[in-house]
Amino acid sequence: MDRLPKWADAVLVPLLSIVIAFVLSGIVIAAIGENPLNALMIMIDGGLGSTYGWGYTLYYATNFMFTGLAVAVAFHASLFNIGGDGQAQLGGLGVALACLFIPWPNWWVALIGATAASALFGAAWAAIPAWLQAKRGSHIVITTIMFNFVGAGLMLYVLKHFLKPAGSQDPSSADFPAHLELPKLGEILGAVGIPFSKDPPVNVTLLIALAACFLVWVLIWHTRFGFALRAFGKSEPAARYAGISPVRITMGAMLISGALAGMMSINNVMGEAQRLVLNSSEGAGFIGIAVALMGRSHPLGVLLASILFGFLYQGGAELSMWTSIPPQLIWVIQALVILFTGALDNMVRIPVAAAFRKFGKRRT
Amino acid sequence: MAMGDPQGRQATAAPATSVPVLELRGISKAFGPVQANKDISLQVARGAIHGIIGENGAGKSTLMSILYGFYKADAGEILINGKVTHIPDSQSAIRAGIGMVFQHFKLVQNFTVLENVVLGAEEGALLGPSLAKARKVLTHLAQEYELHVDPDALIENLSVGHQQRVEILKALYRQADILILDEPTGVLTPAEADHLFRILANLKREGKTIILITHKLREIMEITDTVSVMRRGQMTTTVKTAETNPEQLAELMVGRKVLLRVEKQPATPGRTVLEVQDLRVKDRFGVERLKGVSLHVRAGEILGIAGVAGNGQTELLEVLGGFATGTGTVRMNGKPIDLSGRHADGQTRRRDGIAHVPEDRQRLGLIMDFTAWENVAFGYHNDPAYQKNRFIMDNAGLLRETAAKMQRFDVRPPDPRLAAKNFSGGNQQKIVVAREIERNPDLLLIGQPTRGVDIGAIEFIHQQIVKLRDAGKAILLVSVELDEILSLSDRVAVMFDGRIMGERIPGETDERELGLLMAGMNGKAA
Repeated sequence: MDRLPKWADAVLVPLLSIVIAFVLSGIVIAAIGENPLNALMIMIDGGLGSTYGWGYTLYYATNFMFTGLAVAVAFHASLFNIGGDGQAQLGGLGVALACLFIPWPNWWVALIGATAASALFGAAWAAIPAWLQAKRGSHIVITTIMFNFVGAGLMLYVLKHFLKPAGSQDPSSADFPAHLELPKLGEILGAVGIPFSKDPPVNVTLLIALAACFLVWVLIWHTRFGFALRAFGKSEPAARYAGISPVRITMGAMLISGALAGMMSINNVMGEAQRLVLNSSEGAGFIGIAVALMGRSHPLGVLLASILFGFLYQGGAELSMWTSIPPQLIWVIQALVILFTGALDNMVRIPVAAAFRKFGKRRT
Repeated sequence: MAMGDPQGRQATAAPATSVPVLELRGISKAFGPVQANKDISLQVARGAIHGIIGENGAGKSTLMSILYGFYKADAGEILINGKVTHIPDSQSAIRAGIGMVFQHFKLVQNFTVLENVVLGAEEGALLGPSLAKARKVLTHLAQEYELHVDPDALIENLSVGHQQRVEILKALYRQADILILDEPTGVLTPAEADHLFRILANLKREGKTIILITHKLREIMEITDTVSVMRRGQMTTTVKTAETNPEQLAELMVGRKVLLRVEKQPATPGRTVLEVQDLRVKDRFGVERLKGVSLHVRAGEILGIAGVAGNGQTELLEVLGGFATGTGTVRMNGKPIDLSGRHADGQTRRRDGIAHVPEDRQRLGLIMDFTAWENVAFGYHNDPAYQKNRFIMDNAGLLRETAAKMQRFDVRPPDPRLAAKNFSGGNQQKIVVAREIERNPDLLLIGQPTRGVDIGAIEFIHQQIVKLRDAGKAILLVSVELDEILSLSDRVAVMFDGRIMGERIPGETDERELGLLMAGMNGKAA
């Protein structure tokens, strides 16, 4: 097969896909009578035009980094974890329990505890489908999808019967103690003299997400477990020959994946809402699939794709605020990006490869 | 083979018309940047058996696919009986009188022989008349060419040799004048191969032209009238078979002199390393694949397992390699090893001193998407020598070690960062062999060490196996190539239907006797 230079594979192809997705979105926007260029300007200005916009973009991106990494780790073991959303919501339960019932001395000790709790709860929710796959051969795609629904139901039950303050009509937990509020990015950057808006919810969790990107990179490419995981993902028969246990890899990969998805909740539950609400993940678990696809399951790719999707979220919100473009159209734009960067990857890749071949020939 | 039919040679004198039945002029075909066929010209005389030999990837299959209408040539033309003929698809090829017998048969398993022969050549809306006609033709063909097959047998109940006859019958039923056979003996026992050659000689006597594609020099010498050698997409030579010899052909194929025989001293076997008693293995359908195998391998000797593929050799290697389960007793260096799979896997086997070059390197031995250095670590990735500290693998060290291994084993290109799939078959195998042999194991399991490997690399891999033996290690060799078994082994055990049929010493037996054992018949008392 034709081989592309690394930079073209990693940068050029996704970039072209995004451009095509935006052009198509522009056509749709023009078709409903709005000016596409104007719409694009509103999105860019709203998402990236100020530290306020950046703050929201990075807040969403933090969520997507965790869920994107979760999907990416499982992908490397050839496991398609669609259950990130449920795992994230269960992670939120872990955060809420830790914050509500343990008397933490201050926010950073609480952050460590809540992170551990979110990872534990997320991993536990992934463990059941993983075990069914490893031991019983139940397909992980099916079971993780179903566990999203089971998880949502469980959350409703727990919130309604146990966490809802007496007398409240709202199925959400009580507010966390005020001293557990996480420092905003604006406060952190302000402390080192960089002016950054303190209004958006982006907080210290962003740094944990960045650390997670780095640690996942180390795990996948520099540890024995990552090596075995990738080998298993590429060829199960060969992995058996090498004495790599399918059960151990399936369980290990899914526990890590579930833990990462669960950790998302320190950003939205502890960092932003300061209490646990219904559907706390707001579909971020599903966006993680698109992020991992677009990022080619590489932590750096996941990082960049997360920022793109964060921008689409924030820019899209601005768009529906300032124009008559309905919020549903934002989903169309996001869907087109997912379609072109994920599913229709080869549609761009093959012509690019052909162009490279032609160009390469002419040079020699 | 001593049993070549003398009639085959006599028929060379068939009246050769001046116009060749098949002529290729300047055929070229490129796949992307790879030039698979380059300006190939060839003439095949009517009524001849014409051999085409070349290493894997030399372009033989591409050329035949062009001839059969699977690929369109970028340039050049095909002449049949002196007339330029366009062959855009296989239907046109059949109309032009070309028949093809593929290496992997294209038969419907649960159809009868008759149904398979008629399939695609039915006449009219009703099947009855076609089948009746086919039955008559088949009877006639069977008598004429020794092509006996029960027309009402289901394909799935036929032996491989008989299935191949059905393929030939299919071609003849479509009135093929030129018959192309792609590696026809790869799946046959020696006796079946002999029968095939008799059929081919009969066909030739009746004026059919046969093109035989093979990488086995012996077959070329035995049955062909003329032979063409392909190398790197080009037709390098066409010679009369009588005027050449295997050494010369091998040199033409590889482009340098090669040693066809393995040079080795007599073995000096020591203590027993591997002892297998009453080993039984069931497949996932509950069918017993190993039916009580007992054998032993001593230090400093090579035990060769001969047999037609699919008679339990694969299962034997898998259970000894630790990734299939079985029952019975297996002792490694006197210590029993677990066969249940509960306390053992490929990792414990490696710690027990067993290294394994699997039969199917692309499916098992290598991760094709992994780089060469990752494949060198593969299976030994837990080795403390490959770790930088408790958590981190020593990737840089592995890269250096792989570069050194590639140098020692002459892997080309010597790039440790290249993915396994981008190496040729021979070089892939060298990576696996380098990884396993350089662990200096007490026991080496090695399956089909030279399958799909070019002649130059075969020579090298054989030398490495003998070197390991001479270092006092035990080697269990499984191969369907009888030549390879006979030239490498110190003892030969023949497997048939999950059992060891008998054991022989290579110098004291011949292919006929082994062939009988391979077919499940005890020649002499075992």
